[in-house]
Amino acid sequence: MFTAIFGAFESGIIYAIMALGVYLSFRVLDFPDLTVDGSFVTGAAVAATMIVSGVNPFIATIIAMFAGFIAGCLTGIIHTFGKINALLSGILMMIALYSINLRIMGKSNVPLLNTETALTYVREFWDKIGIDSFFNILLSMVGLGDSLPRTWGIIIFMVLVTFTIKFFTDRFLSTEIGLALRATGDNKRMIRSLSANTNLMVILGLGLSNAMVALSGALIAQQGGFADVGMGIGMIIIGLASVIIGEALFGTKTIARTTLAVIGGAIIYRIVVTMALRVEFLEPGDMKLITATIVILALIMPKIIDRTKEKKRKAKRLAESVSLSELPSGRKGEAGAAIKSDS
Amino acid sequence: MKPVLQLNQIHKVFNEGTPDEKLALDTISLILNEGDFVTVIGSNGAGKSTIMNIISGVIFPDAGSVYIDGQNVTAMSEYKRAKLIGRVFQDPMAGTAPLMTIEENLAMAYSRNKTRTLKKGVTKKRKDYFREVLETLHLGLEDRLNAKVGLLSGGERQALSLLMATFTEPSILLLDEHTAALDPARAELITKLTKEIVEKYNLTTLMVTHNMQQALDLGNRLIMMDKGQIILEVDEKQKEELTIEQLLNEFQRIRGTKMASDRALLS
Repeated sequence: MFTAIFGAFESGIIYAIMALGVYLSFRVLDFPDLTVDGSFVTGAAVAATMIVSGVNPFIATIIAMFAGFIAGCLTGIIHTFGKINALLSGILMMIALYSINLRIMGKSNVPLLNTETALTYVREFWDKIGIDSFFNILLSMVGLGDSLPRTWGIIIFMVLVTFTIKFFTDRFLSTEIGLALRATGDNKRMIRSLSANTNLMVILGLGLSNAMVALSGALIAQQGGFADVGMGIGMIIIGLASVIIGEALFGTKTIARTTLAVIGGAIIYRIVVTMALRVEFLEPGDMKLITATIVILALIMPKIIDRTKEKKRKAKRLAESVSLSELPSGRKGEAGAAIKSDS
Repeated sequence: MKPVLQLNQIHKVFNEGTPDEKLALDTISLILNEGDFVTVIGSNGAGKSTIMNIISGVIFPDAGSVYIDGQNVTAMSEYKRAKLIGRVFQDPMAGTAPLMTIEENLAMAYSRNKTRTLKKGVTKKRKDYFREVLETLHLGLEDRLNAKVGLLSGGERQALSLLMATFTEPSILLLDEHTAALDPARAELITKLTKEIVEKYNLTTLMVTHNMQQALDLGNRLIMMDKGQIILEVDEKQKEELTIEQLLNEFQRIRGTKMASDRALLS
């Protein structure tokens, strides 16, 4: 159990980078960008292909990120200059990327087993320091000694990477250009009247968003030991789920808070999926169905909660007016019961 | 006197060659000198908004040219010429970003005539400055710098839009019926603020309004439009003595019909 949650946490923190990218396009720019399904694989494909052909894995990862940036910019260009609907431009790019990803990899799957990747480097480096034994002793002390994880290195490295990206995203969104980018998603007409080039902002925003998505894809490929042309299917929904879950659970008061919430959402999403897959009758193939269900629930729940609150308020008002007009106490009890059953 | 805004022979037809063809502006010329405050009145469909949109670059004229500060901006894109223009829209929701805070909105307006960089948008120094300019509105907004603009009332948002359009001293200020969507008390407040701000920065201003009284109270010149033409120009001297009745009579004399705008008559 602990090992499973540990694994979920580890991939959750990597997927969190992708979720931050989706947050940037979906929330900040108000642009439902389906490019994500393709650019995630582009990141994985570029990184895997380059690593296999002997390029330093860290450099390969950075180039993968750059490839994602270009893919995002292209979606932005199709949308702004081609004046094609946002959803459609994303879908077109996603489809185009499928072929491009196949071209990059030359086949539908590139295995990275027994290859030096960025994450194996991190792990080797970590093993040399030997802090693991310290963590493992701690775990043994709380009685989890029989389910020790392989290494703590990757998770700590990934927390560092993800939070660095979060920090820079927060900072960027408070710069003059960042403010103009946010306003492009909030009120285009206004920011255009304040001399910002909204087309450029959309292109830049989508570029940055997809750079994060591709980085996430590159790291997932190195963590999982392969890049596959189908690994991006439904990625946008996973990103959305993370954003929505995170926002609902941790709040959106400030930008820094929201990006933190998105990271939290990505981790919780992974844990929920891991738990769901442990249920007897569910199979790994059901994963997309589970994801869709989670997103639908996450989208509907806030509305239901609001309605329940509204009902409660009404019931309370009713109860007050009832007690004012001094009707029999049975009625009052009924109103009270209604409140309780709702909460 | 230096001309700040020059419209030369502007012609604009919408949906040309279709049954919906509509002549919006019929070869209009207009010059605003430095410090001029011109109010524009006219019935619905007279072309008032089209003029505003052509000056700000939302639409482009079929013929004619637009000069701002001696610079030919006829073909310049909207966002580029926005460096020279301050704008307030009719819809109080249109001029501000609701999900962003008051200080962030002001910071974006502050960058209007500058190149945007990767420096922080809201700095300590700018905050002090924002507080200072917000005080001139007397709405208490200076104590709510971190409040999201979406939480403000329509009047407050319009006052903020007005401030955002003006405090960087644009070459020309365009006000497009900016009090029309507000209740009378709020409209009066915005009218008063407009007067104060335009005087304070000595802004060259073009204001479209449906409210005849407002058109007479504000500004030093007045023009009346109908069917894409300027049918009456009133200069500073004549404007001081002008009344609403005279304006309506004048319209009837020129056009031979009554002015077709209930809103104008009622207000």
